[in-house]
Amino acid sequence: MTGKRLWSWFAVALGGLYFLLPLAGMVDFSMRMKRGEYSFEAYRIVLADPQFQQTLGYSVLLALLTIVLGILLVVPTAYFVRLRLPGLRPIIEFITLLPLVIPPIVIVFGYIRIYNTSSVLPLTGTWWGTNLLLLFGYATLALPYMYRSVDTGLRTIDIASLTEAAQSLGAGWARILAVVILPNVFVSVLSGAFLTLAIVIGEYVFAALLNVNSFGPYMVWMGGNRAYEPSALAVVAFAITWACMGLIQIVTRFSRFSTVRR
Amino acid sequence: MTTSAALLPAALGPRQFLNWLGVAPFFLFATLFLILPTLNIVIGAFRNPQGQVTLDNLGKLLSPSIRSAFWISIELSLLTAALGCLFGFFIAAAITLGDLPRWLRNGILTFSGVASNFAGVPLAFAFIATLGRLGFVTMLLRNWFGINLYGSGFSIVSFLGLVLTYLYFQIPLMVLIITPALEGLRREWREAAESLGASGAQYWRMVALPVLWPSLLGTLALLFANAFGAVATAIALTGSSLSIAPIVLFAQIRGDVLNDPHLGYAIAFGMILLTAIANAIYIFLRMRAERWVK
Repeated sequence: MTGKRLWSWFAVALGGLYFLLPLAGMVDFSMRMKRGEYSFEAYRIVLADPQFQQTLGYSVLLALLTIVLGILLVVPTAYFVRLRLPGLRPIIEFITLLPLVIPPIVIVFGYIRIYNTSSVLPLTGTWWGTNLLLLFGYATLALPYMYRSVDTGLRTIDIASLTEAAQSLGAGWARILAVVILPNVFVSVLSGAFLTLAIVIGEYVFAALLNVNSFGPYMVWMGGNRAYEPSALAVVAFAITWACMGLIQIVTRFSRFSTVRR
Repeated sequence: MTTSAALLPAALGPRQFLNWLGVAPFFLFATLFLILPTLNIVIGAFRNPQGQVTLDNLGKLLSPSIRSAFWISIELSLLTAALGCLFGFFIAAAITLGDLPRWLRNGILTFSGVASNFAGVPLAFAFIATLGRLGFVTMLLRNWFGINLYGSGFSIVSFLGLVLTYLYFQIPLMVLIITPALEGLRREWREAAESLGASGAQYWRMVALPVLWPSLLGTLALLFANAFGAVATAIALTGSSLSIAPIVLFAQIRGDVLNDPHLGYAIAFGMILLTAIANAIYIFLRMRAERWVK
């Protein structure tokens, strides 16, 4: 028994070394901007950079819009499929898995071919169109995570009874979805939302190929032109990812108390 | 309600029509921004610029430069998938079967959730800061142990560097997927094997591994697809100096290289084909694995 325990500690320690060293390296490098001493100089420069504020702000806003669009697309669909159209379930599940199968670079390549300036729907020709296309692209990437978390949430509540109760009180479909269903699955929606946030904020390929100057392309530009600032950016990005995952943990723990055990 | 009835909106009343209206936005969105763009690429791969059906584009995939790019990509994805499975398995086995404290187990699972999503540009920066020419570990090895990493031919901008970097998101993904499978190994199986006189090695070889086999192979396929589609990490790490399939496609789309969109279609089609095969294997093996692990 002790031998097994020793081996387990050894495996975990070795893994810990591999996973912590890059984090240590990243933090260490980000603080070495001033020769001979540790300082937060690189962070000060990055945080004061108007480009940083602008691109990060843009990416956060886009991530929030992606989450809203994702909820609008996925919640009614998952609800109607569960309640009325169970035959569609395999098809919907297959479609929501596709963004994990098709590499994102291929999807954005398709956008560029279909929605270019010489097409029927020339979205890439205008500023608004390009941003809209990027938003739709991110909503597509988020589909697997959003659908799965919403569907899991719907499984824990009795949507048939809730719907009948709401209908008997005279609620219409839009009202049922917005006032009855969404609040009940909100906690599981949130965990999909935070995952979406983590994915969208640093995304590079979609933004770069659609020529949108968001946080991902900004980081790559920094990587090519500066020495210490990229590490500071990596620390910031890691903190954001960590915060998103931490929020998912908190939210799911919270949900264990808020939903009825059946 | 039978499946065929659910799939026939025309013959249904106003109530069913409303149900279909509820799912219509989803289908419209998926068609416009997922299915049509992909179909466009797939069809484009089989057409020449004049619109005629041809296999010429796919033939171009066999040209030495494109073929070697795909080959490096496949090697990179296979190697990181195999190593990710191996190391991820050891860590998952340690936290499920190794009598480790509960907080450590939960901490590792949470960290795996973070690390498997910490891919892309920041991950590349972290590895440059660690194993780059002036990186943390590079300097540590030189100053404390007198080992000159870069003198020995190592570079973070290389195949080996990419492998080390990719493992940072491959191993945690393996831990996340295989931990439930390991938890599904029932204690009774082990006890039954031991009561029949099996040694620890025999239990693993004849009971545990045959049960886990579909999960392991399936996860290998998933990790392969995961590495194959990763572009941002590679671009941020190597610029475009290392020619792997997604970087070649990226350069094609940007129009940096020969401006032949149909070659781009063919490369994209090749990528879809490989990730689709890998995912199909994953889904198939996963369904088999679920027979054992509830």
